[in-house]
Amino acid sequence: MSKIETIGLSVYYGDGTVCGLKAVNITIEANKITALIGPSGCGKTTFLRALNRMNELKGAQTKGKVLIDGIDIYNGKVDVIQLRKRIGMVFQQPNPFPMSIYDNVAYGPRIHGQRNENLGTIVEESLKKAALWDEVKDRLDENALGFSGGQQQRLCIARALAVNPEIILFDEPCSALDPVSTARIEELLTELKQEYTIVIVTHNMQQAARVSDCTAFFLMGELIEYGKTSQIFERPKDKRTEDYITGRFG
Amino acid sequence: MKVRKDYLEALEKLKSDVLRMGELAKAAAKNAIDALVNHDKELAVRLLEENSVIDRMEFEIENQCMRLLALQQPMAIDLRTIETSLKIITDFDRISDLAGDIAEIVIQIADQPYAKPLIDIPRISEISQGMLADCLEAFATHRIEKLEDFSARDDIVDALFGQIRRELVAIMIENPRAITSASHLIFIGLHQERIADHACNIAGRIIYMVTGERRKLG
Repeated sequence: MSKIETIGLSVYYGDGTVCGLKAVNITIEANKITALIGPSGCGKTTFLRALNRMNELKGAQTKGKVLIDGIDIYNGKVDVIQLRKRIGMVFQQPNPFPMSIYDNVAYGPRIHGQRNENLGTIVEESLKKAALWDEVKDRLDENALGFSGGQQQRLCIARALAVNPEIILFDEPCSALDPVSTARIEELLTELKQEYTIVIVTHNMQQAARVSDCTAFFLMGELIEYGKTSQIFERPKDKRTEDYITGRFG
Repeated sequence: MKVRKDYLEALEKLKSDVLRMGELAKAAAKNAIDALVNHDKELAVRLLEENSVIDRMEFEIENQCMRLLALQQPMAIDLRTIETSLKIITDFDRISDLAGDIAEIVIQIADQPYAKPLIDIPRISEISQGMLADCLEAFATHRIEKLEDFSARDDIVDALFGQIRRELVAIMIENPRAITSASHLIFIGLHQERIADHACNIAGRIIYMVTGERRKLG
């Protein structure tokens, strides 16, 4: 079942002359992990940020359609705040708020009007889903900034989960983490896909190969090839995909 | 911009070593039959001595493959090349072992007249030499057109071996004193037929390396 579909999605920066993404057509399946790969500046992060209208925060112009469950999120009637509640995002650098673990996770639900009596359950469930509960359950009132990078990143995932999203976008979530923390996040991703649709940008090709079901290769703003991860990494159809994943250019 | 210079050099070295091992195995198969045809015991002895080079190459190439897999995380065509290399060097090793088995028989029978004139055994050799040459060319160039008829060529080899066996069995029935010599030739025919089977295995692997499609030939 398709969750996200883009039709002729293009993104322009600056005065509209710099094209970051060129007419991308792609269908992303629900409850799958889709990896976006490609060299720096290829458009993969621009594509990711187009999925929850983050590009417009930088003044970018978007053309084409992004359908989430068949509804175009750029149609002018969509409430962007509600949209970003449905589509959570986790960034490259762990970015917890300078407050307690509890308040970090409760932040989103509070903004969206959750009453205090429900927050304890939401915080606990979110931290459990993010595989962090056992490590922090006795320290919920401690400042999040005192935790390790891997723990902070899982906290950010818990924070994203707390508002009950349908889709989670990950922008190089492990690039600042050590191998053990990376392995924990990767394991977590495969657990989370049972409930959520996941799109992940990664520079680590082995990570894309390990965790994703489908892989999209971008180059100079174009979607070059999209398919099952095993096919992309074993038998890519396009020479440019092959050259990139075998390290012949980068 | 080309990157990963050391990696690409290591891959090129692997490919060139696999080709060299293949050439040596092919030469061993040819020399075994040349030694038989020419009653040349010296060539047979030399072949056996040189087989240790092929054995060493197999280990060396395995090590190269393991290093590339462990350290470079190869993908796509590179991964398929390494998988193919790991598989076909076993076939090359088996071909050189079979050539060695033929050489050992030659050492035993070269001083005597053979049970029958050698007609079909050199024919099989010619066909399997052609198959091995086409495999090595395809491995080097990634052009696989010449591998497409390997099943048909293998059928011809099987038919020729069947013919050799029938003729030699008839000779053994007619003349029990020829049993030893005839059975040696049957074994040589069998080893030749197995060499063609290995060529089919190698061709199937090279087709996979080039296209990503797994096919069984022969």
